Amino acid sequence: MGVEHAGARRPRVGPAVGLVALIALSAVFLFPFAWLLSTSLKPESQVFQMPPRWVPHPITLANYRQGLTFIPFALYLRNTLLLCTFSVLGAVTSSSLVAYSLSRIRWRGRDTLFILLLSTMMLPYQVVMVPLFSLFKALGWVDTFLPLIVPAFLGNAFFVFLLRQFFMSIPADLTDAARLDGCSEFAIYRRIVMPLSKPALATVALFAFMGTWNDFLGPLIYLFDERKYTLSLGLAMFTSQYGSQWGQLMAVSTVVTIPIIVLFFLTQRTFIQGITLTGMKG
Amino acid sequence: MGKPKHGDIQRANMRNGLAFAAPALVGLLTLTAYPIIAAIYYSFCNYTALKPPVWVGGTNYVRLAHDALFYKSLGNTAFFAVLSVPLGVLVAFFLALLLNMRVPGRTFFRTVFYIPSIVPVVAGSVLWLWLLNPQYGLINYALAGLDSGLRWLDGLLAWAHIRVPLGVGQPGWLADPAWAKPALVLMSTWGVGGWVVIYLAGLQDVPKELYEAAEIDGASAWDRVRHITVPFMSPHIFFTVVMGLIGASQYFSQAWVMTGGTGSPANSTLFYSMYLFQNAFQYFKMGYACAMAWVLFILILLATLLIFKTSARHVYYGEGG
Repeated sequence: MGVEHAGARRPRVGPAVGLVALIALSAVFLFPFAWLLSTSLKPESQVFQMPPRWVPHPITLANYRQGLTFIPFALYLRNTLLLCTFSVLGAVTSSSLVAYSLSRIRWRGRDTLFILLLSTMMLPYQVVMVPLFSLFKALGWVDTFLPLIVPAFLGNAFFVFLLRQFFMSIPADLTDAARLDGCSEFAIYRRIVMPLSKPALATVALFAFMGTWNDFLGPLIYLFDERKYTLSLGLAMFTSQYGSQWGQLMAVSTVVTIPIIVLFFLTQRTFIQGITLTGMKG
Repeated sequence: MGKPKHGDIQRANMRNGLAFAAPALVGLLTLTAYPIIAAIYYSFCNYTALKPPVWVGGTNYVRLAHDALFYKSLGNTAFFAVLSVPLGVLVAFFLALLLNMRVPGRTFFRTVFYIPSIVPVVAGSVLWLWLLNPQYGLINYALAGLDSGLRWLDGLLAWAHIRVPLGVGQPGWLADPAWAKPALVLMSTWGVGGWVVIYLAGLQDVPKELYEAAEIDGASAWDRVRHITVPFMSPHIFFTVVMGLIGASQYFSQAWVMTGGTGSPANSTLFYSMYLFQNAFQYFKMGYACAMAWVLFILILLATLLIFKTSARHVYYGEGG
């Protein structure tokens, strides 16, 4: 297209300037990571050295050894993964069931339910925080994982919304045919809709995993016993007690961050799809 | 064909619909409806979570109106929102425009800008605590470097008999009440990657012909951004502003991690949600915390309505939307 007009145009400096700007800005965005890694690999004597030494000499894993034993890392990782597993399981099963009801079954009141569900997204967590705490306290669930697991199985408005959008794009002919053949709704859900919705379900699983891995407020409210801490809570508590052990803090932060970044690179497409899917289509 | 009767199908659909929606129905009742009603009730009670609530009428709300820390935390939160949201929009929009140019390595740059936004909140906060360290942090080290560059420029200017003292200095960041919130704004700007992706997706929908036409008409790059890109992107910008404000009004984890839950120094990072959390789980003034939560909810609602109203004329949803 541009070829015919090329002669008439002013010389294009845009892309070159843009490239330079992108390189400079991405350096700014990357420097914190370099700082994180560099500090985590430094011997203690070099952590406070000014001007800073970007490449530690010698490079040492001492901070990782110390930080990861000082915090019972294996235990916190196990706790975190346990919570993540259940929240992924809960999100995928409950939200897909609800989304199926709201998109593929015609029943009176389903639109009302959908609107109610959406409106809960507008409600700040702070409003329900105290009554939920006293509810879970009355059930004897405080200082257990249950307050962080059970709600995951009760449908999440955001995930329901996402899956409903996806389910509605599955042609009605497919499920109508199955219905005429005498398939039950559950069989249609299980054998037709779910297998066709893998990308959307992957997005939900990913977001549920990340949400739980990153969650701080929930564990802070409900977990008191140090042996039940998650990685995020453990790291936060370690920071507020030993705030100047920068080498170790950076080592633990690196270890908490790496799985998420690896997950991102493994599932990039799902990720980006998820953001744009959730970002728009109101 | 022996078709089942219409009524039977309807009944079966109703049964199935409710059965499939059961998780959400239970969830709405136990995790939303009940807590909402309880929160209204508690907000009119003295409630410690250890003993049953005692009705005290509007006392909590009256006390709130005279609570200096309530206003302090409200002000801190407003300050943070008003600074972080527009700055986030500007930076994300600028990055998206750059990424939308035909430059090599776009995917790489997009990844670089996106990754900070997925760093776990606690880990990211600990990292920034160290970056912002007044004595040994990377940021003040960079500012010191900038300062020496400016001093050199100063010397050059003095040679030409121009005397303007240049210099940026090195703030105490989280140790200085005046700089603690800007420090947090800086950190939140590092995490705008999600918005960049949203804007970038939106930019793909702007009709290319418009740019070409405008260019032929002699419109400058700025004109094209101002009169084509921004109007087409207004729904995306609007969406991020609303989500950003709601997020900022509930800003909690970062401030908690970076100040050990204290809101120091001098309560300069005591954000609304943190003060609410302190009341609920440190002072066990749960009724008071519920009153605070309702005030927050109403403020968010009013702010959102205000944005909807004032922006209605400026948001463009395409022909026949």
